[in-house]
Amino acid sequence: MGKYIGKRLLQMIPVLFGVTFLTFLLLYLSPGDPAEKKLKAQGIAVSDEVVEQVRQEMGLDRPFLVQYADWLFDALHGDLGTSYKDGRSVTDKLAEGMGNTLILSLASLFFSLLLSVPLALYTAVRKNHFSDYLIRFLTFVGNSVPSFLLSVLLIYFFCIQLKWFPVITKGTLQGLFLPMLALSIPMISRFIRQFRAEFLEQLSQEYVTGARVRGVKEHLILLCNVLHNSMMPLLTIVGLSVGTLMGGSVVIETIFMWPGLGKLVMDSITARDYPVIQGFVILMAVLYVGINLLIDISYRVFDPRTQSV
Amino acid sequence: MTSKSKAKKRTIFFAVLAMILIVVSILAPWLCPNDPNETNALYMKAAPCRQYPFGTDSLGRCVFSRVLMGARTSVFSALFLVAVTFLAGSVLGMLCGYYGGLLDAVVMRLADTMLAFPQMVLAIAVAGILGGGMGNAMLALGITGWTLYARLARSQVLAIKKEPYILAARLGGSSDVRILIRHIFPNILPPLLVNAATQIGVTMMGFAGLSFLGIGVQLPNAEWGSMINEARGYMQLAPWTVLAPGGAMVLTVMIFNYLGDSVQELMDVKAQ
Repeated sequence: MGKYIGKRLLQMIPVLFGVTFLTFLLLYLSPGDPAEKKLKAQGIAVSDEVVEQVRQEMGLDRPFLVQYADWLFDALHGDLGTSYKDGRSVTDKLAEGMGNTLILSLASLFFSLLLSVPLALYTAVRKNHFSDYLIRFLTFVGNSVPSFLLSVLLIYFFCIQLKWFPVITKGTLQGLFLPMLALSIPMISRFIRQFRAEFLEQLSQEYVTGARVRGVKEHLILLCNVLHNSMMPLLTIVGLSVGTLMGGSVVIETIFMWPGLGKLVMDSITARDYPVIQGFVILMAVLYVGINLLIDISYRVFDPRTQSV
Repeated sequence: MTSKSKAKKRTIFFAVLAMILIVVSILAPWLCPNDPNETNALYMKAAPCRQYPFGTDSLGRCVFSRVLMGARTSVFSALFLVAVTFLAGSVLGMLCGYYGGLLDAVVMRLADTMLAFPQMVLAIAVAGILGGGMGNAMLALGITGWTLYARLARSQVLAIKKEPYILAARLGGSSDVRILIRHIFPNILPPLLVNAATQIGVTMMGFAGLSFLGIGVQLPNAEWGSMINEARGYMQLAPWTVLAPGGAMVLTVMIFNYLGDSVQELMDVKAQ
């Protein structure tokens, strides 16, 4: 087991190298000179001497690969540079937003699972009944509505028409509900479709027929056998949706003014504060890779069949 | 058999709907009742009426005409991007699978790296840093999009390249290029096409999302995402300015999603 984890961690190294390199490259994609951009973000008048001085301070006169190595060395020590806008450490800024983004994402994930597992099981059992068709149609609509449109509509109905919730959330518990809903609905729709397919697959297995023949109660088969056996595929589906969740939260935090990482990165894009954008991308990529690694490892832990492979 | 013929009927039905959408987007400039960019100070935020079927926005522009022109932007940009990533990814994947070696190692590590980023996160960062615009938004979404086809094409080629008919073609003196185009490509095409079909709706939503955030298609060009962003500030006064582009968006994405789904069912392959 330890050997397997070690091997997987080693395999991650080239990927993380690539990720950091590409993220570092992002800054060079942007039009214009970083020193000039830093000055502009701070609102300082740009003259040739000042730019040259800042270039030297930022180490931009060194070769590209040296700059990258230097940046990577700092990044590995948790230093992702300083914001162009206010000179604060990027790591501090990201850490501030992280908590709120985690609350929003975990709440949405929990809420989605709470609704989609029973609904998917229900549609699988009632396959080709009216309720199955209805729920499947609704999930199709949910899959085709972009989250930004959903958010705008939710604000219109709940905040403006019904006045149940404040329009600007400011990170309070009451404000959590609508962004959570906006982030959950597309996820619930996808989960129900994919979970349903998995449950149907399990229900067609012979052990289900065997249990029925032996007179095991239907709800016991569903809860103890089918659900239990679907755990790992379900976990994989959840893991795959983490990336969508991360992207979706940027849009939704911006709309609802939820003070998390997504709002931070959009504000940084507006302010052309490139180091913060860079820090955000690398944080998300590392988290994403890490979560998927954890899921792969949990496969080995929970499924004895994969341990000999 | 019956489920197969049902899937066929469904595919034809949604393909026809999709074709209608495409034709409407091609003809959009001639179908507009009003100039989509012409402002009218007398009719600001006007409710739907005969002259303006979907009402007007805060500048008095015809929402219906803008939705029509937005269809052009959304449908064509999504189709174009899917086609480009499909072609680039498939060709790269085929070459990797067929030749292996250094090219394979380099391209596949690059694909692994791209897949380490959540797609929308990278797209937002790239489009944000490059500063928006149609071309940059395409680049932002395409930078990860090609990996899907490359990995799939590669694994398909690996699965068939030792088949007798490929060896026979080689013994018959066919060149590598000919084998790749005549024998391998047609055989690995179905799963690639199915994946491309399922990507159209997703790509469309990605584009609209970037435009909504202000880092996609730039004003004053009509695009559904940016229209919704512009209009959400005065939605309580003129709900049609959000509902019209929003409804068009949902309908279009649904048609392409249904098309992708039924093609998938028809060809009986699993989407990645």
